[in-house]
Amino acid sequence: MDYILSLITFIPLAGVLLLLVMPRNNALLRGVALAVSLITFIASISLICEFKSIADYQFVENIPWIAAGSFRMNYHVGIDGISLWLVILTTFIMPIAILSTWTAVEEKVKEYMICLLLLQVGMLGAFISLDLFLFYIFWELMLIPMYFIIGIWGGKNRIYAAVKFFIYTMVGSLLMLVAIMYLYFKAGAGDFDISRFYGLGLDPGTQTWLFLAFALAFAIKVPMFPFHTWLPDAHTEAPTAGSVILAAVLLKMGTYGFVRFAMPLFPDATARFTPLIATLSVIGIVYASLVAMMQEDVKKLVAYSSVAHLGFVMIGLFALNQQGIAGGMLQMINHGISTGALFLIVGFIYERRHTRLISDFGGLSKQMPIFATIFMIVTFSSVGLPGTNGFVGEFLVLLGGFESKLRLWTILASSGVILSAVYMLWMFQRVMFGELSNPKNQVLKDLNGREIAIMTPLIIMIFVMGIYPKPFIDKMTPSIEKLIVQSKQKQVASVVLPPMNMAIQEMPAGHPALPTGHPVEAK
Amino acid sequence: MELALPQMNFLTIMPETVLSVVAMALLLVNVLVKSKEKAYLGYLSLAGLVGALFTIPWGQKISGFEEMVLQDNFSSFFSVIFILCAVMTILICDGYFKKEGCNHGELYPLILFATVGMMFMAKATDLMTVFLGLEILSVALYVLAGFNRDNVKSNEAGLKYFLLGAFSTGFLLYGMALIYGATGTTKIAKIALAAQNGAVSGNMMFLVGMLLMATGFSFKIAAAPFHMWTPDVYEGAPTPITAFMSAGPKAAGFAAFLRVFIIALPSLTVQWSDLLWILAVLTMTTGNIIALSQDNIKRMLAYSSIAHAGYALVGFTAHNASGVSGILFYLLSYTFMNIGAFAIITIIGKKGEANNNVQDYAGLGVKRPVLALCLAIFLFSLAGIPPTAGFIGKFYLFAGAVQQGYIWLAIIGVLNSAASVYYYLRVMVYMYMKTPEEDFNWVKLTPAVALCIIIAVAGVLIPGIIPNSVLNLAAISLP
Repeated sequence: MDYILSLITFIPLAGVLLLLVMPRNNALLRGVALAVSLITFIASISLICEFKSIADYQFVENIPWIAAGSFRMNYHVGIDGISLWLVILTTFIMPIAILSTWTAVEEKVKEYMICLLLLQVGMLGAFISLDLFLFYIFWELMLIPMYFIIGIWGGKNRIYAAVKFFIYTMVGSLLMLVAIMYLYFKAGAGDFDISRFYGLGLDPGTQTWLFLAFALAFAIKVPMFPFHTWLPDAHTEAPTAGSVILAAVLLKMGTYGFVRFAMPLFPDATARFTPLIATLSVIGIVYASLVAMMQEDVKKLVAYSSVAHLGFVMIGLFALNQQGIAGGMLQMINHGISTGALFLIVGFIYERRHTRLISDFGGLSKQMPIFATIFMIVTFSSVGLPGTNGFVGEFLVLLGGFESKLRLWTILASSGVILSAVYMLWMFQRVMFGELSNPKNQVLKDLNGREIAIMTPLIIMIFVMGIYPKPFIDKMTPSIEKLIVQSKQKQVASVVLPPMNMAIQEMPAGHPALPTGHPVEAK
Repeated sequence: MELALPQMNFLTIMPETVLSVVAMALLLVNVLVKSKEKAYLGYLSLAGLVGALFTIPWGQKISGFEEMVLQDNFSSFFSVIFILCAVMTILICDGYFKKEGCNHGELYPLILFATVGMMFMAKATDLMTVFLGLEILSVALYVLAGFNRDNVKSNEAGLKYFLLGAFSTGFLLYGMALIYGATGTTKIAKIALAAQNGAVSGNMMFLVGMLLMATGFSFKIAAAPFHMWTPDVYEGAPTPITAFMSAGPKAAGFAAFLRVFIIALPSLTVQWSDLLWILAVLTMTTGNIIALSQDNIKRMLAYSSIAHAGYALVGFTAHNASGVSGILFYLLSYTFMNIGAFAIITIIGKKGEANNNVQDYAGLGVKRPVLALCLAIFLFSLAGIPPTAGFIGKFYLFAGAVQQGYIWLAIIGVLNSAASVYYYLRVMVYMYMKTPEEDFNWVKLTPAVALCIIIAVAGVLIPGIIPNSVLNLAAISLP
């Protein structure tokens, strides 16, 4: 069991090699891909069972990889409470995504499945990497399959969307690469192990630049407000499975990056930029909600709702307290489940009608009762109705934000809760209720067994996490506490100074009165 | 009367000797054997190259011919690059030149002579040897660029290359003359010694000599603003020769440039690293921006090769251990990825250099999936995306710059890299995302070309995933 993480990460790669040599029999290819993703998921269940609720990294593997010149890069992987659920989310969403393409993708099935499984390798690798260089490799590795998924199997405007997605992400991540190099040389000779970079005690000026470089890469991925323009294009053009993975997992790379790297690595800069990030998040929430409201295309609406939801996640994370971060982390998983489900639902009606315009529908609930029920549950989850997972996450985020320095921003952000109800329920009403007037809609078939099978696990998770989220939060708690300590390092260190501890506690970080780079720094 | 024989050490030029002898023998064989089939000459030259590869010594530092040449790991590393470059080029030559109807036997000896010239450039510890190697290389290349003698563009390429090459050699030679005038020696180690004297290094002649040599070398490595010849020559020359020119001679130019500037001119480090900073930025930016709008894929790769010289110059500007070993690693990887890409372009192209536009690659991914996949790997490596050798090389180059404090240079470099992604992706868009217009039935994958592509894919992927051994070799091969 020592190599369980590598096993989980590279089972899909073995699947890729297997698919490469297989004949072009579509049913067989789909079956093998599904089997591979299911095996990965089952293997990943053992992580939950054996995971101990402690702050340390677990299932660690550390193998020397590159040692040349002044550089040491290791294959260093491991998970803690923060990455555990994201790994599980990835392995959980993958079989669902593959199953959703059963009839949607008829051309180049082999290549499609290879791309999906390669993407999974990249995503899992990025979540488990504890070596910055290794993280960067996996981070970039995700781009290539996603680029092809959008560009080959996407909609009309797919090439534009694919290239835009690639270049946007590439610019951000290359600047992060320079920051990684700089950080490495600041830390002195050694390896790229992230724990070496935590608590480096960089001066605030350096932190600012490094934080900006990291934050740009992650903000593009999240996506945060001014960098979000690639997302509606990519989502709208991508095939259903691509949208599902993009929404459920790839966007989490950005928020995960903030939690794992940007915040704990640069505590001073985090404190300094918290108002800016919170402002952008609030703008993102309100703006994306308003734009979503006006969309005529269901898929675009869901895409914009992603931007709004991830704004909540960011507020929760930057609240930097137990409730806020737990809420943010939970909301990441929730968003993966509910928005993934929404994209699947959009996929179902698109496959039937080959249109996604709200105006083309109406009264579907009479024709498709099972579909209507499922759609309703998912909509409630996305809106954050109590009893569904969305409520728990949003509530914790707002609670955490309200108790932190971000009170004002949180109050503004909570308008997003109402706005999300407006655009989601309005859309639901226009699509599902009313007159079944369009003759093409009068012959629509309800969901078939496969489609119900795809949605069932998602619906179950919506309720499980909505009614009993404790086990999820419990596994995260120690890691979140550690993260809070790391991300507030400078501030805590200053408190230790005896004579003026009371005064400093209330001061914002980076205050001119504080001696920077003071010898009393927490290790 | 005492006759002072210069101290010779033939061991130091063993690989060059082998190659020269093979090349001259092949010239004779070509005349004596009356056969239209010339492929056997290719096989013989391959045998010669592989033989030469085994005579390259490692781990020794032997000076020969009164310090005219120095056999060290640096020269061995570059010799391996040159031999690989020649081997891969020869593998794709036969099919191409038969298709073009100019299957002349002189081709192979010329490639071998060019290789000898490059090896001398990497070995040179005397400005005269640099010049000698450069001329052996250049004269062979002028002929090779115009080898397709019935094609106007090829003729133009040959002539243009000759005129500009001669011009740039003039700069180089004039610079050498001024350095000699200032220091009284052409041996690079002694130049450094002489320049320790402030009166010498402060001499205007010395500085101007450095500038003129930098200009000459910049012509050879096609650094902006001395890159104007590159696109026309690369586009017009026969495709396999373009592959050869973009990898080998560029690496040779860097070898001599590195050795002369790092060993002979440490006293001017501040000046030349500032100069190289500017050259690097100009070169990367010019190459990438113009490449964005190219339709002809050979021309696009020509501009991209200008940009790649710019990335290597980033490492040169830093001239620290990671920067310079990054250059060595990068030039080796570049040989694999660029010749690999050109190998595919060679077989996709039709007679008369037709079918070389990006649009002609529409649907290649459907019709010839394996070839398209290989080309995609090469292009991703050129774009510097992991897990390819191109990424590791760029990482070391830029890390060298960051380590030396050239943060902005590294940032400009990575932004350039991001811009370059666009034109590499454009080829991929056509290969995979457009519907095929032709069925590519003329594409003949001969065993030789297949071998070349396999070598290239291995050379891109293996050092991309487990780069340790190559990186360590590069790390002990500093000048």
